[in-house]
Amino acid sequence: MLKHMVRSLFARPVTIDGPAAGDAALRELAAKVEALARRRLGRSLSIREIDAGSCNGCELEIHALNNPIYDLERFGIRFVASPRHADVLLVTGPVSLNMHEALLRTINATPQPRWIVAAGDCACTGGLFAGSYACAGALDSVVPVDLRIAGCPPTPLQLLEGLLALLEASAGKVKAAAAPPAAG
Amino acid sequence: MSESALRPLHAALAAFGHIVDGHRPWPRYVLDVAGWGQLVDALGVRRWPLLGLWADGRTVHVALEDHSAAEFAVASLETRDATYHSLGAARPAAIRMERAIRDLAGLNAVGGVDDRPWLDHGQWRITTPLDAAGVRPAVRRAATDYRFLPVEGEGLHQIPVGPVHAGIIEPGHFRFHANGETLVRLEARLGYVHKGTEALMQGKSVADAARLAGRISGDSTVAHALAFCRAVEAATGVDIPARAHWVRAVMAEWERTANHLGDIGAICNDAAFAFIQAHCTVLRERVLQACAKAFGHRLMMDLVVPGGVAVDLAPEQAAAFAGLAVDLLPPFEDMCRIYDSKGSLLDRTVTTGITPRAEIERFWPPGHVGRAAGAGRDARLVPGYPPYTELSFAVPRFTAGDVDARVRVRMEEVRQSVRMIQRMLVAMPDGPLRVDVPAAPGEGMSLVEAFRGEVLGWVRLAADGTVARYHARDASWLQWPLLETAVYDNIVADFPLCNKSFNCSYSGHDL
Repeated sequence: MLKHMVRSLFARPVTIDGPAAGDAALRELAAKVEALARRRLGRSLSIREIDAGSCNGCELEIHALNNPIYDLERFGIRFVASPRHADVLLVTGPVSLNMHEALLRTINATPQPRWIVAAGDCACTGGLFAGSYACAGALDSVVPVDLRIAGCPPTPLQLLEGLLALLEASAGKVKAAAAPPAAG
Repeated sequence: MSESALRPLHAALAAFGHIVDGHRPWPRYVLDVAGWGQLVDALGVRRWPLLGLWADGRTVHVALEDHSAAEFAVASLETRDATYHSLGAARPAAIRMERAIRDLAGLNAVGGVDDRPWLDHGQWRITTPLDAAGVRPAVRRAATDYRFLPVEGEGLHQIPVGPVHAGIIEPGHFRFHANGETLVRLEARLGYVHKGTEALMQGKSVADAARLAGRISGDSTVAHALAFCRAVEAATGVDIPARAHWVRAVMAEWERTANHLGDIGAICNDAAFAFIQAHCTVLRERVLQACAKAFGHRLMMDLVVPGGVAVDLAPEQAAAFAGLAVDLLPPFEDMCRIYDSKGSLLDRTVTTGITPRAEIERFWPPGHVGRAAGAGRDARLVPGYPPYTELSFAVPRFTAGDVDARVRVRMEEVRQSVRMIQRMLVAMPDGPLRVDVPAAPGEGMSLVEAFRGEVLGWVRLAADGTVARYHARDASWLQWPLLETAVYDNIVADFPLCNKSFNCSYSGHDL
């Protein structure tokens, strides 16, 4: 193991360069992020993930964000264990009705300002499960959604692009429509 | 005890009822109420493992294996008054399946040991969605309205966990009873990710239904799509091209490798040893990236289709796979050696979460849960399906039944799968990839080895070739109950370790 650690010290990191924040995601966010939220959060986001009926494909790719290749934490984004610590709720799945109440309770336990991100086609549109007797369908039929990351499942790069857009929005790089126009 | 109960499975079922035509590749027997009663009696004395129990309309089907005779069969009872004799006393794995049957199809197991709902939490828009007599309006009740098993004793306390967990995992509720740090009972409540998948598949073309099958459990998308497609191909009598079998198997073995790499890392991480996880996730990522390059999808969704495969393995991608197989094993073996050399890590995994031998014999669980405890079968070998019938390999088997043994089963399977891929890349025949599946009625069954154990697929196709009923039984159905026995007398802090070493699917179970 020592051998591996020494080798790691001299080897180039396996981590890839981060992608640019997704354009579509930036546009979607521009109108939603308020100046107050930006001031409070700075360049740091805590995410609470909620599986609301996913097939677990999305979870696998969200997990991959933490591997040394994508290394999400270098951007100041990290996953937290409690909704009380979260700025972002990353929701997957077509909102199975059996998870409906748990989802709402988790959202209510998350302090403001908070963003709700729909990750994956199921959360965005209901996906293949739209119309099922056991699913509510798209996440925005249950709660207002701030950002959608499509894909079945979205790749780690697609997830990263979306989350980086959120980070930029929260750090004030995107001019929020709700913010007062700059003087002069 | 009647003498016919002592015969091999097929002969015994033939005595209890009569065989029906058109069920492939294994026979199906229709039993009357008396015959079903004889079957229940026979299960009390025979060791036929229960492979699945499900309802199709008013009919209850049970799939069984006779290991010594290498026979597989389905026995069916057409219920008259929506009741059937419970199998739960003879096969405890049937208990939750019977509860699911009542929730979905409205058929009641008489003499069942547990009458609580299972998948239906009182939230659906309708009740009994698969009831042949027509669905009924919803009967709403509070989602928290559930009777957990009582525990009495001095100094016990209760720890409710879930459905939303601390990590990035699927939702389920665990009700622990502990005496200090020691667990005296765990009871799981599942069903939170029930999506009505089986109902959605009804009336769909086999091509559309295959996409849903691929989303029964995302980590086993290849295996579940394969189980569906093999069941459809059995039902319609289609022979798919030889190359399609091999391309499917390459996908399935990469899926197994990727999942085991992720699990080995995650188990070590739950023992606070993040080093192995960091390295294993890099190896897993390399496999997924190679699969994305070769097949166009990291998890290989929607690539196994009825009649064959949707994409070919191009020669340059086959070469890339061969290179990856060579590159993967040395760093993986390094990780295995580190695992073996860290006393503090082994201290957490060895003798933790032992599955009791008596319970193994009652459930006979598939996959690593069984193979780590001296049991277990491998659908690639028995009943076997192409191309595995042309490849020689042995199933790794350990006997300790603890977390460590489940890690070691995975390690051995990674080695085996990578070597198998190397052989398949050489031996793979050329030729077409896909044939049309005729629109014809029929019944078919399949057994496919996913990374966590065998998946059972059973399909009934309507006259126009659409899906009249599909049932998938993920390996998790036979593994979840054993997790509850494995954590007994362990400390609360070791539960994540035990749970990860099982890594049962929630979505694959809840459907």
